[in-house]
Amino acid sequence: MYRYFVRRIITMCVTLSVISLLVFIIIQLPPGDYLTTYIEDLKAQGEVVDPKKIDFLRAQYGLDKPMASQYFVWVTGMLQGDFGYSFEFNLPVTDVVGDRMWLSMVLNFSTVLFVYLMSFPIGVYSATHQYSWSDHGLTFIGFLGLATPNFLLALILLYLANVWFGTSIGGLMAPEYIDQPWTWGKMGSVLEHLWVPVVVIGTSGTAGMIRRLRANLLDELQKQYVVTGRAKGLSELRLLTKYPMRMALNPFIADIGSLLPQVVSGSVIVSAVMSLPTTGPMLLSALQSQDMYLAGSFLMFLALLTVIGMFVSDVLLAVLDPRIRLDGGVRR
Amino acid sequence: MTERLRHFVSPAPFDPVAVEQLTPEQEKYYLASQWQMMWWRFKGHKLAVAAGVVLLISYLSIFISEIIAPYALHTRHTDYIYAPPQSIHMFHEGEFIGPYVYALKYKLDFETLKRVYTEDTSAPQPIRFFCSGDTYRFWGQFDASFHLLCPGKSSTLFLLGTDRLGRDMLSRLIYGARISLTVGLIGITISFILGITIGGMAGYFGGWVDSCVQRVIEILKSLPELPLWMALSAALPANWSPLLIYLGITIILGLLDWPGLARAVRSKLLALREEDYAVAARLMGGTPTHIISRHLLPNFMSHLIASATLSIPSMILGETALSFLGLGLRPPVTSWGVLLSEAQNIEAVALYPWLMVPMVPVVIIVLAFNFLGDGLRDAADPYD
Repeated sequence: MYRYFVRRIITMCVTLSVISLLVFIIIQLPPGDYLTTYIEDLKAQGEVVDPKKIDFLRAQYGLDKPMASQYFVWVTGMLQGDFGYSFEFNLPVTDVVGDRMWLSMVLNFSTVLFVYLMSFPIGVYSATHQYSWSDHGLTFIGFLGLATPNFLLALILLYLANVWFGTSIGGLMAPEYIDQPWTWGKMGSVLEHLWVPVVVIGTSGTAGMIRRLRANLLDELQKQYVVTGRAKGLSELRLLTKYPMRMALNPFIADIGSLLPQVVSGSVIVSAVMSLPTTGPMLLSALQSQDMYLAGSFLMFLALLTVIGMFVSDVLLAVLDPRIRLDGGVRR
Repeated sequence: MTERLRHFVSPAPFDPVAVEQLTPEQEKYYLASQWQMMWWRFKGHKLAVAAGVVLLISYLSIFISEIIAPYALHTRHTDYIYAPPQSIHMFHEGEFIGPYVYALKYKLDFETLKRVYTEDTSAPQPIRFFCSGDTYRFWGQFDASFHLLCPGKSSTLFLLGTDRLGRDMLSRLIYGARISLTVGLIGITISFILGITIGGMAGYFGGWVDSCVQRVIEILKSLPELPLWMALSAALPANWSPLLIYLGITIILGLLDWPGLARAVRSKLLALREEDYAVAARLMGGTPTHIISRHLLPNFMSHLIASATLSIPSMILGETALSFLGLGLRPPVTSWGVLLSEAQNIEAVALYPWLMVPMVPVVIIVLAFNFLGDGLRDAADPYD
């Protein structure tokens, strides 16, 4: 177990470094850098650009160095908590980002929680009432949830909120708390606003999870031991909770791996639509204006979220499922 | 003395193979090819067949978008900006006169500065069928003006309303299908080729090739798709032509989708390459490419097609999301995502809800692909 843990951490570090390289390549892909766009802008406004100033800026931001050393500077900086410099805001990335990463984490974490809380009872109900009307209805709603892009769902909710309540939902806290230090009141306000995006982002994940849980549980329910248990006169509830449900629970943990990237993806676009103070909208604008370090740190952060989530899911799975043996054993 | 039990003797001549003889139905079943059996099995899924029909119709429509659409793609009606959908009526003052609409009257409300459209119910404006209307270039080749249905002589026909430039939403929707539906197909082709090649190499050669590919797949799978798509499409140069951008987007969508397919190919190949016929082919000197493509791939091609069908929707949704955010296709290219990007702010949605209509075909197509894929996946294994 201990060895597995260490090995898993090492692979995670390797994965992260490869991802950092990928992210760096991606943010370098657009032709030119931020300064060229900046100069173009200045020229378009009819201002004269002093070449010396440009050279100075280039040198200051390290844009004149070769790619490899730029990457190296970026990565080592990140390890020390220095995420580079945002050209657009003229501030270090850490200052620009502020609460956003934190709120992103809260949002993603609550969405995963929501997916679990919703899909578990519904999935179990669907499986135990197979082919009933309620099962068909739930399956249909699930399919709709899978098929509706979540940014559209966000739009519909915004629209309905506007029509029914005349309010505009959006944002993650009441206006008076924005840019205020964290207090209990602010916390409560965040919780109050959180549920809409959480529901919107979580729908498709929930739908998928329900389908998987239902399929798994149906497989288990047909097995011999269930028949035996029933024949021995176990009550249905006890019969269900004792073994089949515990077996079917496995994907709940194993699926964090596929659920998390999905949730993170969804949260980016939903927060862009609802203009939440999370990483989404800022990533979008950073990408559009070629603010490479800002975009890079956001991409890196989102990847980090999923990679760490997967790590946690693997470790949890190894701890919780006694059938998974990691040391020794049969090799393929 | 015991009495003998009487027993039955058939008078018919004895036929030693009678038991093994097949009835015509059985014969048909046993001699059917795999594809035929898959077709029978597929036909049993009513939902999947219905989804297939819906998809077929939608895909056929993109060949004749110009004819189906009542207006040409870029026709602007400056007098009818943000006009609401006109509804079709059948009976005028209790008398049946066929499908018609009422002409719209436009008035600017000077207090709210809103455009107010009212229906002029005095005169019905019959819709014309198989008629000549807006001129268009059919597939950019030759000019024509034949339409399936056109507005009446002196009225308009905005069945789904108009947008901020007074363009008919229905026509734009029909034209948008051309882009939105093909994005998924091209993307899946790219991801299919990549998946089979990479997964095939990993599964067939095994060893370090396999573990390298496995690591790459793991890394790609752990990355959230959308932000990566966003970053990649933001990297497409802004001065590219719309066609190049379109190709670029499809390639980006395909580039990140192959890991799932590659994984499936790999695990199948790992098992199949040890089969006797694969070993025989290898001993006879077949090259890996030949063995993989001729002997191994056909074994599970149907599975691959089924799972590819299931991943088309994610590409269509991906394009929609990217265009919606303004990172994907850009006007004048018209896709459903581009159309939806007009409905981005809440004011537009609240005042002109018909701008959200492109959502309906997106949901229908995605659902249809899901149902079709489910049916295909079941049918892909006709022997169990």
